[in-house]
Amino acid sequence: MAGDDVIRDTDVDTSRRVFLTAATATTGAIGAVFVAYPFISSWMPSERARAFGAPVTVDVSKIEPGQMIMPMWRKQPIFVVRRTAAMLASLAGHDERLKDPTSAQSDQPPYAKNVDRSRTPEILVLIAVCTHLGCLPKTRFEAGFPELGADWPGGFFCPCHGSRFDLAGRVFDGSPASVNLRVPPYTFPNTQTLVIGEDSASQKGAA
Amino acid sequence: MAPAVPPGAPPAKPGGLKAWFYKRFPVEEFLRDQLTGYYAPKNFNIWYFFGSLALVVLVLQLATGIFLTMFYKPGELTSFDSVEYIMREVSWGWLIRYLHSTGASVFFIVVYLHMFRSLLYGSYKAPRELLWLIGMLVYLALMAEAFFGYVLPWGNMSFWGAQVIVNLFGTVPGIGPGLVLWIRGDYGIADATLTRFFALHVAAVPLALLLLVMLHLVALRRTGSSNPDGIEIKERVGPDGHPLDGVPFHPYYTVKDVFGIGVMFVLLAIVVFFVPTFGGLFLEAPNFEPANPMSTPEHIAPVWYFTPYYAILRAVPDQRLGALLMFLAVALFVFLPWLDRSPVKSMRYRGVLSRAALALFAVSFVALGYLGLQPAEGTYVIWARIFAVCYFAYFLLMPWYTRIDKVKPVPERVVFRAH
Repeated sequence: MAGDDVIRDTDVDTSRRVFLTAATATTGAIGAVFVAYPFISSWMPSERARAFGAPVTVDVSKIEPGQMIMPMWRKQPIFVVRRTAAMLASLAGHDERLKDPTSAQSDQPPYAKNVDRSRTPEILVLIAVCTHLGCLPKTRFEAGFPELGADWPGGFFCPCHGSRFDLAGRVFDGSPASVNLRVPPYTFPNTQTLVIGEDSASQKGAA
Repeated sequence: MAPAVPPGAPPAKPGGLKAWFYKRFPVEEFLRDQLTGYYAPKNFNIWYFFGSLALVVLVLQLATGIFLTMFYKPGELTSFDSVEYIMREVSWGWLIRYLHSTGASVFFIVVYLHMFRSLLYGSYKAPRELLWLIGMLVYLALMAEAFFGYVLPWGNMSFWGAQVIVNLFGTVPGIGPGLVLWIRGDYGIADATLTRFFALHVAAVPLALLLLVMLHLVALRRTGSSNPDGIEIKERVGPDGHPLDGVPFHPYYTVKDVFGIGVMFVLLAIVVFFVPTFGGLFLEAPNFEPANPMSTPEHIAPVWYFTPYYAILRAVPDQRLGALLMFLAVALFVFLPWLDRSPVKSMRYRGVLSRAALALFAVSFVALGYLGLQPAEGTYVIWARIFAVCYFAYFLLMPWYTRIDKVKPVPERVVFRAH
């Protein structure tokens, strides 16, 4: 185009015009990012949702050996199982069939990073959300459960996409889930009480 | 033929209200540009019904959706009950709700056929690449709209479907868990998730859909429709300046489309009145019980229009790779205009390789759709893997087989017999 002619004819300083256009556009873009921030962060959990995410206290004294209860914590069901000696014995002997037998890749507090994935071997605490896509795994505690084969040691089975976990929530090979079931932070202020959602025997002096 | 109006001529004779109106709004020019003066190829066949049908279904969904919004109450405690209220107590509420739920499935049937038409006749090829890309955005928006809408009744399948789909974003490397928390607005699928999905379903996505559909039509006005012969009718113009192989959209295709709309509404009415759940395909049985975070339905499957992708997700033993391939299965459509190296557009003049590839793709898509509804075990997974490979082969091998394929000569004029 005949831009040069235009400059001479009307004496427009194009470089100044280009600079001003760029500067205005840049300032506007930065402003847009600042304005977008509150809208985007409005989607994060609200104060109320966070308050409801506080630790929950559960009485574990009434769980019979081999039985499970499912309290809720942060909108997620939690498996709390009182494992029998036989159930704990079932954890040994299938390490080679597990994806992550030592829980190296999995998500748990340090005190649950052991073979039985718990603070005290007897009580198993797991987030009951399949690490694949979030379904609720079903309990299949009996060894050799028909659908799951003669070598099934007992554990959890996710009906959605077929992930299988043992009685410590460790995932078996051939499952779409790639890591073990998550362990929430939890603690036992006394032998009857389980607090889900915090790591240590709570704020000192509270009990 | 419409009377020839010389371009730029002052419209209409002066007289009263009509003249007052014409002076202030380009009614005649608009009708001439968009309908009576818009020439479409004269050899359209049945495959060319589905674009206008999709537009009609969009209007149906907007109309029924607006009425549902008057009675539906989004919220953990109110959603399920308000849908039951619509079904049982609102006068004719059941009809409005079934029209909307059936309309969603009809929308996808029509859109899938519309997309298959493009694969069949090479409608995505130059100069219609942008038209195709905008169409893909419409498809994406439609998938989002359908997903958000599916969550709103807050039945148990709504809840767990949302859980599975939202968790897919958790597989994004690095930001996954934070992204999921942000989408849900709580530590699980909750009231906050439901209400934001409601806002997206009734306002944000419909607005985007309308805008994209308008852009799709604007792009179509520039290139004109393709046709079963894949010939550019604009290249052969008669002395009047109109394509020799074209007919004015109105009245020729408006009349044709009205017939198609009639047939579609008859079929829609049969479903709405006699089989509204369509055997669990359009409305799934577990969704007739309220959302329960403590109980996953025995068998989770999305509605039929997502099952081909869902089957691909489940066919892959690795979680992240599965999600990635599922995303790719949708995204690959975007690249079709550049993957296809064939010198001809229409399957009519393509060789056996292209035809076989398209047939295998269509079979794979339907088979994956079936497999996605079945439990993920045993032979179902094996078959899903086989068909997933066929599905991807259609796209990834396309540059090769379309180049070596023997094509037939394309005629100069469209093949057309007067009825």
